[in-house]
Amino acid sequence: MELKTIACRVRRSALQMIYHAGSGHPGGSLSPAEILTWLYARELGLDPARIDAPDRNRFVLSKGHGCPALYAVARHVGLLDPGQLSGFRKIDRDLQGHPNIGTTPWVETSTGSLGQGFSAAIGIALGLRHQQIAARTYVLLGDGELQEGEIWEGAMFAAHYHLDNLCAIIDYNKMQSDDLNANIMMLEPLREKWSAFGWQVIEIDGHDFGQIEKAFGEARETRGKPTVIVANTIKGQGISYMAGNPLWHGSVKLKPEELVRALRDLQTPEIDIEGYVNGSIW
Amino acid sequence: MAASGNRNEASAGGAPSLIGSSGDSLREAFGKALVDLARNRPEVVVLDADIAGGTGVHHFRKAYPERFYQCGIAEQNMMAVAGGMAATGLVPFVTTFAVFCLRAIEQARLSIAYCRRNVKIVASHPGLDVGPDGASAQALEDLAAFRAIPGMVVVSPADPLEMAQATAAIMNYRGPVYMRTGRSPARRVLGDDYRFELGRGRVLRDGSDVTLVACGVEVARALDAAQLLDAQGISARVVNMATIKPIDTELLVRCAEETGCIVTAEDHNIFGGLGSAVAEALVQTSPCPMEFVGVQDVFGESGEPDELAEKYGLTGIFIADAAQTAIKRKIAR
Repeated sequence: MELKTIACRVRRSALQMIYHAGSGHPGGSLSPAEILTWLYARELGLDPARIDAPDRNRFVLSKGHGCPALYAVARHVGLLDPGQLSGFRKIDRDLQGHPNIGTTPWVETSTGSLGQGFSAAIGIALGLRHQQIAARTYVLLGDGELQEGEIWEGAMFAAHYHLDNLCAIIDYNKMQSDDLNANIMMLEPLREKWSAFGWQVIEIDGHDFGQIEKAFGEARETRGKPTVIVANTIKGQGISYMAGNPLWHGSVKLKPEELVRALRDLQTPEIDIEGYVNGSIW
Repeated sequence: MAASGNRNEASAGGAPSLIGSSGDSLREAFGKALVDLARNRPEVVVLDADIAGGTGVHHFRKAYPERFYQCGIAEQNMMAVAGGMAATGLVPFVTTFAVFCLRAIEQARLSIAYCRRNVKIVASHPGLDVGPDGASAQALEDLAAFRAIPGMVVVSPADPLEMAQATAAIMNYRGPVYMRTGRSPARRVLGDDYRFELGRGRVLRDGSDVTLVACGVEVARALDAAQLLDAQGISARVVNMATIKPIDTELLVRCAEETGCIVTAEDHNIFGGLGSAVAEALVQTSPCPMEFVGVQDVFGESGEPDELAEKYGLTGIFIADAAQTAIKRKIAR
C-alpha cells in the first residue's frame, strides 16, 4: 500500500477512535501521521510473529497523548486486530488513554507523563548497546514536551554516551495545550539548542515522505552522536477545520457531524462513512 | 514472598564475604555486598548521579567500571533511563540519596512501577540519620511515598549483615524495589545466624507485655528500649520489620494477640511509614493499643545523628516511654 494511503487511513482511524471514545487528543494525533507511518511501514521492520525479539528495533511514543495515531498505525500495518480500536479509552479493554506496555507488546514503555518516554528510550538505546545488540531506538517527542527539564537532562546524557543508535523525532507543530508554543514558553532557536547539546540535527517537512526517507537514512548513517529530526508539521493536518487550530489539541468529544466532515476531508468513500460512525467498520 | 523470582535459593545462604564488619554504615555494607553479589550477575548495572562515594557504589565502579553508568546530577532522567535499560533485560540498581529519589518519584512510578520493570532503587541518606546536612537532605517521607506506589516493594534493613542479605534478596526478586540504606556507622544488632527473608519480620527478642516493631536504625534503639523496660520489670518483644511492603501481617497479628499492644519506631515521619503500615495491617483483624515513635510531622535540622535522634524523640528512652503508654492503654481497656 502507498505510504500516503496508509497515513490517510491512520488519520481516519485515529479520529474514529476519538469519536467513539468520547475523548482523546485529535490535533497531536494528526500531525505525526506520516512520521509514524514511515516508522512502522518502512523503518522498524517489526515482525508480528517475533514482536519480543531481543534484536528488534524499538519505538517509543514519548508524547503519549498522540496514541490514537500509534494504535491506528499499528492496526494498518498488521500489529493490532482492527476490532481492538473500538476499545480505545474503554474499561476492560486493552487500548489505554495513554500507551501502556500491558497488552500491547509493541508498546516498549508506558508513557503519558511528558519527558519520561524520552529518558526511557535513551535507557533502551543504552541497554541495547551495553549488550552489543545492533538494534536502533526511535522516540517521538512533542514540541510542548520540550519544556520539561527531563528532556534536557536526557539530551545531555544521550550525547555524553554517544548514542548513535538513538533517533529522536520532534513533532514540531508549534502548538500545545493552551496556545502556540511561542506564547506559552519559547522553544526557539530549536535547531541550535539541540546542536549545542551535541546532537546531529536534521530539519524536514514532517508531512513529506521524500524528506522523511532521506532524514531517517541520514540518521542511520550518523556515527558518534544521537540524531534529532525536527519535523515541521501542522497540528490537525488533513482536516480543514482542525488544521492550525490549538482548540483541537486537548482531549475533546467529537460530534457525529464533525467526524463525518473530517472523514470527507480524508477522502473516505461515501459508502463507508456510515460504518465509521456506527462502528461497523474499523 | 509469593511474587518473588526464581533464584531465591542463592539469597539466604550465600552471605557475601565482604560484609558485616561492625561499624560499617549501611551504605558501605550495601556497596561492598553489591560487588560480591554482582560478580556472576553480568546483567546487574549501576546508575549513579554524581554521589557514588555517598551511596557506596564507588566499590562497584572500581570493580566493574564497564557496568557503572554515571548519569550526572539529573535524577529524573536517571530513574527513567533505568526503566528503559531494564526493558532490555538488564537489572539496574539506581542509587542516590533518599531525598532525590523523592525528586524522581514520578519517574519511578510510571517508567519503573507501572511498567513492572526489574529495577532496584537504593536510597542512602534517609531520615534524621543524615545529620549535619540538615532538613533539605533528610528524607522523612520516602517510605510513605514509595509504599503508595502499586507493586513497589519497600525495604529498610537494620544492620550491615542484614543489608548484605537484603541486597542479595532484592537482586533475586523480580520486580521494582525501593531500599533504604543509611549514612552513619551502624551497630551490629543481628547474630551471624540471622537470615533475612523478603516480606518477613523477625522476632529479635521475645517478650509478653508489649511488642516493639522497628525498621532501619530504629531496630538498635528498640533493643535499647527493651533493655530499659526489662529493668522496669516489663517484658518487651522486639520485631525487626525490615520489609515494610508487603508487610508481615501474620507476624503482626500474632504479636498483637500475644502481647496486646504495639509500639512502632522509625526514622521517618509518623505519617505513612512503618507505623501506618503496621496499623493498617492490624486494624482489619486484631486492633490493639498502638503508639508511634517517629518524627512528629516536622522537618529536621542540622546536628549529629545521635543528637537529632534525642531531640526528635527517636532513642530507646522514647520508645520505652511509648511502650509504657501503650501498656497503660491496654490495661485500661
